[in-house]
Amino acid sequence: MASGMQLTLDHVEDLARGAAVLGTGGGGDPYIGSLMLRQALKDGGRVELVDIETTPDEAFLVPFGLMGAPTVIVEKIPNGAEFVAALRSMERHLGKNAAGVMCAEIGGLNALLPLVLAARAGLPVIDGDGMGRAFPQLQMTTYNICGVRASPMVMADEYSSTVLIESERSEEVERLGRQVVVAMGGSTSICLYPMNGADAKRSLVRGTLTLALGLGRTIREARRSSNDPFEKLLGYLRTTPYYQHCRILFEGKTVDLTRRTTGGFAMGNVIIEGSGRCAGRRCTLTFQNEHLVAREGDRVLAIVPDLIAVLDSSTAEPITTEALKYGQRVTVIGISAAPIMRTPQALAVFGPQAFGLPEPFVPIEKIPDSAVPRTAA
Amino acid sequence: MNGGFRIGVDVGGTNTDAVLMRGREVLASHKSATTPDVGSGIVAAIDAVLKQASVAANAVDVVMIGTTHFTNAFVEARHLCRVGVLRLGAPATLAIRPLIDWPAPLRDVIHGHSEIVGGGFNFDGRPITPLSPDEIRRAAREFRARGIEAIAVSSVFAPVNTDQEQEVERILTEEISGSRIVLSGRIGRIGMIERENAAVMNAALLPMAERVIDSFRRALNGLGLRAPFYISQNDGTLLTPDVVARYPVLTFASGPTNSMRGAAFLTGNGEALVLDIGGTTTDVGALVQGFPRESSVAVDIGGVRTNFRMPDLLSIGLGGGSLVSVEDGRVRVGPRSVGYQITSEALVFGGNQLTATDIAVAAGYAEVGDRDRVAKLDPATVSAAVDEIHRLAEEALDRMRTSSVAVPAVLVGGGSILINRDLRGCESIVVPERADVANAIGAAIAQVSGVVDRIFSYEKLGRDGALAEAKDEAIRHAVAAGGQPASIGITDIEELPLEYLPGGAVRVRVKAVGDLVLERTV
Repeated sequence: MASGMQLTLDHVEDLARGAAVLGTGGGGDPYIGSLMLRQALKDGGRVELVDIETTPDEAFLVPFGLMGAPTVIVEKIPNGAEFVAALRSMERHLGKNAAGVMCAEIGGLNALLPLVLAARAGLPVIDGDGMGRAFPQLQMTTYNICGVRASPMVMADEYSSTVLIESERSEEVERLGRQVVVAMGGSTSICLYPMNGADAKRSLVRGTLTLALGLGRTIREARRSSNDPFEKLLGYLRTTPYYQHCRILFEGKTVDLTRRTTGGFAMGNVIIEGSGRCAGRRCTLTFQNEHLVAREGDRVLAIVPDLIAVLDSSTAEPITTEALKYGQRVTVIGISAAPIMRTPQALAVFGPQAFGLPEPFVPIEKIPDSAVPRTAA
Repeated sequence: MNGGFRIGVDVGGTNTDAVLMRGREVLASHKSATTPDVGSGIVAAIDAVLKQASVAANAVDVVMIGTTHFTNAFVEARHLCRVGVLRLGAPATLAIRPLIDWPAPLRDVIHGHSEIVGGGFNFDGRPITPLSPDEIRRAAREFRARGIEAIAVSSVFAPVNTDQEQEVERILTEEISGSRIVLSGRIGRIGMIERENAAVMNAALLPMAERVIDSFRRALNGLGLRAPFYISQNDGTLLTPDVVARYPVLTFASGPTNSMRGAAFLTGNGEALVLDIGGTTTDVGALVQGFPRESSVAVDIGGVRTNFRMPDLLSIGLGGGSLVSVEDGRVRVGPRSVGYQITSEALVFGGNQLTATDIAVAAGYAEVGDRDRVAKLDPATVSAAVDEIHRLAEEALDRMRTSSVAVPAVLVGGGSILINRDLRGCESIVVPERADVANAIGAAIAQVSGVVDRIFSYEKLGRDGALAEAKDEAIRHAVAAGGQPASIGITDIEELPLEYLPGGAVRVRVKAVGDLVLERTV
């Protein structure tokens, strides 16, 4: 495959911040991932981003990530070698050598870890992922929707002990996997959705690593030049192939927050009281790890799988649902998901109904402008 | 028989304040400039309050000292020692080496040598790897050979199980006599890198902390004070000098904490927002049951991310010395400030800079300096700047509220003259008498505490059983810290269910606070 962009230490912060925006409130804090990537690069590792178009159809590609409880991930930090062990186990099982590493989830922590594996295994990373954002369950991927099976899935712990799960059913892989995560101490490295280049070409949300880097860079540069970071951010998104439908959904202050933990998910609502252009109005966000829907009264402003990100109004720093609290000045932006994530098959797996929401999916660009404030741009 | 006198001293970057109290009564107070040699400033301040009230040194029961010394030393990378890091966690954690994201100037000064050895626990208390005493001894010899002055020990899930860290402390002490050792589980919370950073930070301050404590002791002895002395920590309670010599980081941000505690005492209100307005910045904090609310997120100190207990503070660039300017027809106040040079730079003090203090004088509600020097200011500018000052204060207060319910606010600090109207979202605003020495009063009234923060299995113990165990443990810690058992009460209980984990794993934090037992020395 053609050589692509070399990732350096200077890119790590941008990538982490961009991934946090795409985490839409969840996906885990990229901090630990950015430290791991920094060390892998300092230790001489090289990471090359390649375009899927230049990848041969028969190339064997393996997505990678961490699965587990955030509390454990920040405590029992990985070794790094178990990332490679999981990959090698997959290669042995399927009898072929990987030509590249892929991201399963571009939102949050899991955006950075495949790059750590790539640096350690000496493999390139495909520019793209299987979610285009963050989602709470591993069957919620475009890979799954396009008929790539989650299994075999290899899980590895810090001793490089591995467990291999094979099942026809993606939901079963998720269920069994959760049991193994507990047995492995609450956090494991996983390789799953093994595929070839041809599969990747039809199932990948393309270019999302470049997108995350661009988002991070735009925020950093806007801050340095004291430009309005939101104007810059939306301006940047409009230059991208399918995240171009975007707007400020709401701006104001968080005035109420309810949370509960159900079935391992952080669920809740946050109410934002409008200020500035939104004065006198109220917006409610509903989340399950990630933000699912933004409403004003009964009216939907944006809904999953389109992206809803909450950013600090003065710095454009992304705020996770965990870090939300009363009195924050926030700006909520809505971004269109890739077309591959809006098909009927995709919506059945991660559309509003998959999360128990009553409203149908309406693309953000079809929601009338009158329902949202004028954007700055 | 002693007279029941207490002395509180707050040593800030600019001023050293002292008060003499008996019971709830403030008998004398004194404000003076902080001296380069901190000890002599303390001596002068204490001497002044004793003389003011005609009280003999030997009638004093106890002395409480608050100091920003350790915070400043760390942030400015002064007087720090080289630290060895011994992490227990291999084969886990190797993907991130110690101090990897520290600012280079600090790391170059502090980092001596790191070892990551077998050890650590899983969330359920199961060891990742059993400790190898031989491996620890080998690491100890390495530290000794490199002349390391202090060692930070960090184990995976130390907040769940401290056994390994304690065993390592024992072995290190055998191998290196007189070694200074910091265990991460005694300082930080869940979050291995941030906790390790906290332990390293603490270790780097140890030799200096020993010297500072010693200078305090000599200063007090020199005054003929035989009373015990305590140092205030950042949750508004006290530490013995011996504990501070081992855990100096616990004093970080104790200055704003003492101001808030003083504000609670002076107003009798334990549920309020406190604005401590200084020359350059305003610190806003929230009092909950008379104590500062704690920050629940990682805190950045001198560019290093840590997670030890810190008060939840919001600092904004508004103070008496904040510069006022007009840009594109809009009036701006701060964040740039003339700082401690206000007494020469501000217009009312004969200087050439327009500051927030000048605005307050020009608007007619503050009386300092020479009013005539601001008489010609444009009234529209003055009025807009007054609005901007109040808007900044309102926004800061609002960010520290936890709900939309209006709360009382207390103003302390020299810059409190900048505020003269009601602030939106506040039920009331009080500027108590002696607000200028609220910090020293906060030190003088401090109590002692004990804290538990670890993971309990609700499935095994039941919720009631687990909470009872946590409370007992917190109370025992408070007694060990010098608390009078009958006075100790639980001030804080926090339960955080851990997602994904089986066995009803819940992280429980309980804090107990009580009055200090005064050791009668005469």
